[in-house]
Amino acid sequence: MEYINIFIKAAFVENMVLAYFLGMCSYLAVSKTVKTALGLGAAVIFVLAITAPINWLVFNYLLKEGALGWVHPSFATMDLSFLGLIVYIAVIASIVQIVEMVIEKFSPTLYISLGIFLPLITVNCAILGGSLFMFTKEYAFVQSTVFGIGAGFGFFLAIVALASIREKIRYSKVPAPLRGLGIAFLITGLMGIAFMSLVGIKL
Amino acid sequence: MSTETASPAQVNSEPLFSKKNRRLITDPFNDSNPITVQVLGICSALAITSTVANSFVMGLCVIMVTAFSNLTISSIRTIIPSRIRMIVQLVVIATLVTIVSEMLKAFAYDISKQLSVFVGLIITNCIIMGRLEAFAMGNKPWPSLLDGIGNGIGYAIILLAVAFIREIFGTGKLLSGTPLEFTVIPQFIYDMGYSDNGLMVLPISAIILIGLFIWVHRAWNSKLVDIS
Repeated sequence: MEYINIFIKAAFVENMVLAYFLGMCSYLAVSKTVKTALGLGAAVIFVLAITAPINWLVFNYLLKEGALGWVHPSFATMDLSFLGLIVYIAVIASIVQIVEMVIEKFSPTLYISLGIFLPLITVNCAILGGSLFMFTKEYAFVQSTVFGIGAGFGFFLAIVALASIREKIRYSKVPAPLRGLGIAFLITGLMGIAFMSLVGIKL
Repeated sequence: MSTETASPAQVNSEPLFSKKNRRLITDPFNDSNPITVQVLGICSALAITSTVANSFVMGLCVIMVTAFSNLTISSIRTIIPSRIRMIVQLVVIATLVTIVSEMLKAFAYDISKQLSVFVGLIITNCIIMGRLEAFAMGNKPWPSLLDGIGNGIGYAIILLAVAFIREIFGTGKLLSGTPLEFTVIPQFIYDMGYSDNGLMVLPISAIILIGLFIWVHRAWNSKLVDIS
């Protein structure tokens, strides 16, 4: 039950895009059509599901104060947590690179359909945000994996929802200066207000 | 005005502040503003614009990081292998952000507490990565430095504008949290039944405000209108 709660909380109550406003850049830039949005959303779920547990391992067995004790007792007082940001982003960049190579090798069709969105994931703040929030919440290993998947799912839902709305709104009479980017911002704002109603839910 | 002496470098190459180079700094203020036109760096713009002081500090940090990351990457652009270029760029950015974040902790501890996660997220601020990819990888160090400064300032302007509106309507004060704090909306207006707008304190208001800014900006600068 606990894991389901974490998943629902990460996906809806603390939605990366609509509650914390992370990953906005790719969310706004890639949501022109539903097809590309589906591809990016799926890739984000995948990368978050892998990077969250790996960053958890890296933090708890390499960076945390005293974490290096397993290498040699004399390292037990070391605290490398100031290196956190560099290490997490390096992990994310290399995971994205590896994921890209693996997909290219085993499923060329999926690789072609994802195209440029795979490398773009590296600079998606939702991914790094996922790792950082995971530590502030002090989740254990399985919990942080579930949190990663949930946060990815939240991003997936948000981007597909915005893309569907933008596909429809293309046939409406939006004032010319507001067309495209402007209206996407306003829609996101309204969606965010809707998601605020979930804030009080305790799980 | 002939009292200024020209350095030797300026004599045999184009002047440091030629028209082209000046455009690199001024274009991001209007025609290619990173937030309202290039859609870069939205996440941080939403999260930290609740007070003017925070946005000012964040703007300074981003100007510093964009300028120096552009300069660094541009200086080593010819020796970066293209296959691992993203990792190299991220390592440079992450190093600069770590330096900035440690400096904030040392000199402005209260603000660094409030900005906590978001200073870290400067790394994934797409302005920096975007300018590295779009400009620094293909230009000389000096124009890249100017481009970095220009885009940083263009970003900071929008940040300050959003924060200004949010702080006035959200709390009725300006520069709260600093020694310069002062009240903008006088007490008698509150007595007449006015109250602060709670929505303005939340990040959602920043999204809507930026949306409105884009509207105004494109209505005024019609060549930016999205035709499709």
